[in-house]
Amino acid sequence: MAGNNNSRTMRINLKVWRQQNEKVQGNLVDYTLDSVSPDMSFLEMFDVLNEQLVKKGEEPVAFAHDCREGICGSCAMVIDGEPHGPQTGTTTCQLHMRSFSDGDTIVVEPFRAKAFPVVKDLVTNRTALDRIQAAGGYVTVSTGNAPDGNAIPISKEIADLAMDAAACIQCGACVAACRNGSAMLFVSAKVSQLALLPQGQAERDRRVSRMVWQMDEEDFGSCTNMGSCAAACPKEIKVENIARINREYAHAMLFGRVSERVSDE
Amino acid sequence: MSQGILKYMSSSIGRKYIMAVSGLVWVLFVLTHMIGNLLIFAGKDAYNVYSHKLITNPLIYLAEAALVIFIGAHAFTGISLKLRNNRTKPTLYAVTPKSAKGASLSSKSMIWSGTITLVFLILHLVTFKYGQYYAYSKDGADVVLDGIKVRDIHQLVIECFEKPGYVAWYGICLVLVGLHLYHGVASSFQTLGLNHPKFNNAIKMFGWAYAIVVALGFLAVPLYVFIF
Repeated sequence: MAGNNNSRTMRINLKVWRQQNEKVQGNLVDYTLDSVSPDMSFLEMFDVLNEQLVKKGEEPVAFAHDCREGICGSCAMVIDGEPHGPQTGTTTCQLHMRSFSDGDTIVVEPFRAKAFPVVKDLVTNRTALDRIQAAGGYVTVSTGNAPDGNAIPISKEIADLAMDAAACIQCGACVAACRNGSAMLFVSAKVSQLALLPQGQAERDRRVSRMVWQMDEEDFGSCTNMGSCAAACPKEIKVENIARINREYAHAMLFGRVSERVSDE
Repeated sequence: MSQGILKYMSSSIGRKYIMAVSGLVWVLFVLTHMIGNLLIFAGKDAYNVYSHKLITNPLIYLAEAALVIFIGAHAFTGISLKLRNNRTKPTLYAVTPKSAKGASLSSKSMIWSGTITLVFLILHLVTFKYGQYYAYSKDGADVVLDGIKVRDIHQLVIECFEKPGYVAWYGICLVLVGLHLYHGVASSFQTLGLNHPKFNNAIKMFGWAYAIVVALGFLAVPLYVFIF
């Protein structure tokens, strides 16, 4: 029974952002779910809500999701003002309803940033991040067959740092959390994962330069070192990476010979 | 063609370098200014002579020009970044996060603490540097040092800090300066690429201590004058 602490299910009040498309104004709409299992993931709760809406002949809530196991970076919602919700180091799909209490009212909004226009309801267009990656977030070499293990010596500590940076799933929670709509945590992770490794050295100057220039061309703000990004990151990427990109960028400024685009080379 | 320094410095990270370097110049200045102010506790003579030696040193024009250029760059860049950041984040959320996912008051209010500090700085110059001139006289004769009459800046300071309204305004501004320094000092280390688990706590503590020491050092003077 709803409101009864001994019951296995919870009554959850939702305020969900509904917006038909990029051009029209959206608003928060109230929904109530009477029997939410604490073992449901946050997205499964939305599946239940959508089933109800479809049965009633209403349009289901659009939300992005794919792997539902915390590794793809598709799911993106702001839950009670926090990207991916109140639990740290967790994507929305890995957030479970046991993190909430019976009778809670939960406000769900899309990631908000000028660079992430709302496509519909909770779905935003995050392709600006892809364009930054395409500007330099790679290593341009023919890799051939898998190299012999330890052919290039890399210390355990550095390998771990690079791996931590590479854990970024490009979900955009850092941009969503930032009061400036800055993508610096994302870009810094993508720069760091290669800057830390020998294979990334050959293109270090052009990589950081072109990725930062592309970031500025998109509608991202600048970093003011508030740290909300790292607190919101489901992969717990650290702001240490932002200090690293600041160093990399200074190196490129002082020593690099970087043309603006690949086509200019 | 490879891109020059200008392309780099006009980017978002380049402008952050400008913020950090120009900020640090002023961080050092406020500390020396604060220490100079504390000479008031060493007596009227020490205070006026220090002030006299400072403003009659020809290098002062170079220092003043540098300070004007750096604060101009700091204010201009800070405002331009803030204007862009307002555009890139047009809407905040319906709910304010309760946890660590929120930002500190100091970091969120830099534009306001900075703007009020700039207004304070201009008025401060009008009040003191370009304020009422009193000649410093001892035993009925004007004090002359190196052939130039010494200004009794001590007298003006005492007069200003005897007014409760002025002390209140000065106090509020200095608290805001402290708030600005709290985020600014530690943040400039991060912007200049200095971030390492070994030093991060020390950097944070340093920023905190710097803000408190500078603000309290400045506040000591009006409190002393006003109370005693």
